[in-house]
Amino acid sequence: MATLDSKIPPGPLADKWRNHKANIKLVNPANKRKYEVIVVGAGLAGSSAAATLADLGYRVKNFVFHDSPRRAHSIAAQGGINAAKNYQNDGDSVYRLFYDTLKGGDYRSREANVHRLAEVSINIIDQCVAQGVPFAREYGGLLANRSFGGAQVSRTFYARGQTGQQLLLGAYSALSRMIGAGAVEMHTQSEMLDLVIVGGQAKGIVVRDLVTGAIERHAADAVVLATGGYGNVFNLSTYARGSNATAIWRAYKHGACFANPCYTQIHPTCIPVSGDYQSKLTLMSESLRNDGRIWVPKKKEDCAKDPNSIPEADRDYYLERIYPSFGNLAPRDVASRAAKRVCDEGRGVGPTGLGVYLDFSDAIKRLGENGVRERYGNLFDIYHEITAESGYRTPMRIYPAVHYTMGGLWVDYNLMSNVPGLFVLGEANFSDHGANRLGASALMQGLADGYFVIPYTIGDYLATQKPGSRPNADGAEFKAAEENVRAMTKRFLDIKGREPVSHFHKRLGKIMWEGCGMARTKATLEKALREIPALREEFWQNVLVPGSADTLNQSLEQAGRVADFLELGELLCLDALTREESCGGHFREEHQYPDGECKRDDEKFNHVAAWEYQGKDKAPLRNAEPLNYEFVKPSVRSYK
Amino acid sequence: MVAENTTKNLSITLRVWRQAGPKAPGRFVDYQSKDLNPNMSFLEMLDVVNDELTLKGEEPIAFAHDCREGICGTCSCTINGKPHGPGHGVATCQVYLRAFRDGDVVTVEPFRAAAFPIVKDLITDRSAFDKIQQAGGFITARTGSAPDANALPVPKGDADRAMDAAACIGCGACVAACKNASAMLFVAAKVSHLGLLPQGQAERDRRVLAMVSTMDAMGFGNCTNQYECSAACPKLISHDFIARMNADYLKASWRSVFKPEPASSAGGAG
Repeated sequence: MATLDSKIPPGPLADKWRNHKANIKLVNPANKRKYEVIVVGAGLAGSSAAATLADLGYRVKNFVFHDSPRRAHSIAAQGGINAAKNYQNDGDSVYRLFYDTLKGGDYRSREANVHRLAEVSINIIDQCVAQGVPFAREYGGLLANRSFGGAQVSRTFYARGQTGQQLLLGAYSALSRMIGAGAVEMHTQSEMLDLVIVGGQAKGIVVRDLVTGAIERHAADAVVLATGGYGNVFNLSTYARGSNATAIWRAYKHGACFANPCYTQIHPTCIPVSGDYQSKLTLMSESLRNDGRIWVPKKKEDCAKDPNSIPEADRDYYLERIYPSFGNLAPRDVASRAAKRVCDEGRGVGPTGLGVYLDFSDAIKRLGENGVRERYGNLFDIYHEITAESGYRTPMRIYPAVHYTMGGLWVDYNLMSNVPGLFVLGEANFSDHGANRLGASALMQGLADGYFVIPYTIGDYLATQKPGSRPNADGAEFKAAEENVRAMTKRFLDIKGREPVSHFHKRLGKIMWEGCGMARTKATLEKALREIPALREEFWQNVLVPGSADTLNQSLEQAGRVADFLELGELLCLDALTREESCGGHFREEHQYPDGECKRDDEKFNHVAAWEYQGKDKAPLRNAEPLNYEFVKPSVRSYK
Repeated sequence: MVAENTTKNLSITLRVWRQAGPKAPGRFVDYQSKDLNPNMSFLEMLDVVNDELTLKGEEPIAFAHDCREGICGTCSCTINGKPHGPGHGVATCQVYLRAFRDGDVVTVEPFRAAAFPIVKDLITDRSAFDKIQQAGGFITARTGSAPDANALPVPKGDADRAMDAAACIGCGACVAACKNASAMLFVAAKVSHLGLLPQGQAERDRRVLAMVSTMDAMGFGNCTNQYECSAACPKLISHDFIARMNADYLKASWRSVFKPEPASSAGGAG
């Protein structure tokens, strides 16, 4: 059984991080250059960590599967980044941001971690502005803010609809500076395929050069994974196509615990699926719900009709009907589940029947078409580009889609996993969002981990490692890991089955979405848990991976990622089945209040579930880390 | 939706550049793609073609893609001679089949430029862009040393113009569209983004000189004011920034004659 010591520092909440920084071990400047750190991933967390660690004097190697570190999927975040600056003088504070984030996570995160996140949020904005991130400004030249995701204060900083891109380019520029200075050795188009453990500690990785197919071994004093979330286990999601869980999954198979895999977030306002060929779902800002009214026809037979021809009396504005006080602004998870229910009843619209109308005709009557264009023009353009329909003329169609995973590898307060020397940052870890992430908090966490947490906490581990004690990449453990990777690659190519990789990914996505999507029940989860192993079996018998291993081979890359999703999906469902409560993004239909709100069970489930791999074909072990609420009393999360 | 149900599916002939590796000879190969939903994206069509090729025992077409929502800058096909295809202000992943007609022959090539060598099929190596960034595309701001974000007000007009330039996604369409394969729009966007902000002033001269000289060393051509770059840019970045960079470059060169930078910043107190 894994030892899960969260290493939460003692003392008052607001002093924990300061005291911890004052007490953890330091590495002296002359010794820093003797340590080598591997950072995998170059999104917000990875590139900010790589740049900062290199600037501190560590020797850093950064690996990404992309052709440039600037392309990581952090780039796609639209809305903004939260920070407790209180620039609007509207009563915001570190405590309020802490409290909102903790409550938003439905009381399933650690108080100390979330408070630290709120504290360093302030430094993030300073850092980004110093780098030249062009945040929106007011006419007086000061930074502009907006309120986001139902927050009662304006604490969100933004750069048009491209906040993620601008923050990533800021981190990328810092990383570029260090690459140019020779302080970071950059490996693009290199995919981590195994973790190397020496003497119980993470000491290296094995990567495949995606262009030449060469398998390489890299040794280091510590390994940092910042490889993002695992939402593509659902196949269709708002994630980039390349986003994958391979790095964290293979670390899991070396003993790193996987925490709360069932905490997944589903966003209500995405453009619906249009056919089987679909590869990607596109998110539209949920600000649309401020003025749009959501409805479906009352009668099934009306679903194929032109929506404009359906009289008012035959429309069901179901959110307004079921949630009269919140109406169309009901929280993300509530709105998503309601859409699913009406579609399950056969009242969904659009060619696939999986869609609901988002209607602006009332808003146009009230504000005029130009008024609506001023507020939402860019979103109507995105919609038009994808669907060739005008949201001004006919109601838009929307449907929920997977877009973030709160679960991830278990880490302690230092962001170290239970495998010594293995650190996990950003969406890849489980740490700060509990069971649900609030809008504009993902960017905050990625940069907090990379710029302001790991640069201090990694020293606490490295100081225990003798300088120069780094193992040689020719050691037995490295060779074994390389052999493992080579064997797996060969196995994929040798199956020569009858179905392409995409076939299995699509089927897995369907099982996951139906069994473990927006609303989960014991029955749907048990069904998924029967279907996934069968599909996995079929994959290993019947997948067809063309080409060879010694060249760029995108089918081979995809095969490895899907093979891992076929295992991770099972763990996700198992976690969802075991967690007999509803909280945040994890909704078990058996556990709800009459109004559809999540019903937590704090007595039995006020803990982190950290799953530990026990070997092939063996059930994983469920470890529990209790969540001790010292400062805030968990209550029923209500937004009414 | 009513409109979609009445829209006819289409069939097109894809004429795709196939090239096994950087040194291998390349050629166009025709593929028939039938019964396509016009709401399918161009890259989704390639997914379908690739699955068909896989089942036939042929190697799928390698193409670069990731976010599929026009922001990561990975996708990079020249479609019917135009980088990113027939749309205006969009990346390849935002092209939908309704832009084509039933029976069309559609040519698909990689972005062509000497500085972007072909890796395989439709994938090119654009690491030259990263090299230019590494030479000076940054503001030195050591983590932890930043002053309060509101300590330095930035006029809204400057911040907005910096943002216009910062919207660049680094895809390289500007280079592929230019008859000289010039990277001036890309470099000008970064030089202008940082040069317009007060935080970027300390390194302004050094930045433009270093980035331009690296651009030249990477084998990109010169600008001859054709403006094809802005026309192909998925973010519609204006060629006005090139003029701005030229002015910056001239001033920086002039100043560097009289005030050359010290060869090394090392040494000093001790």
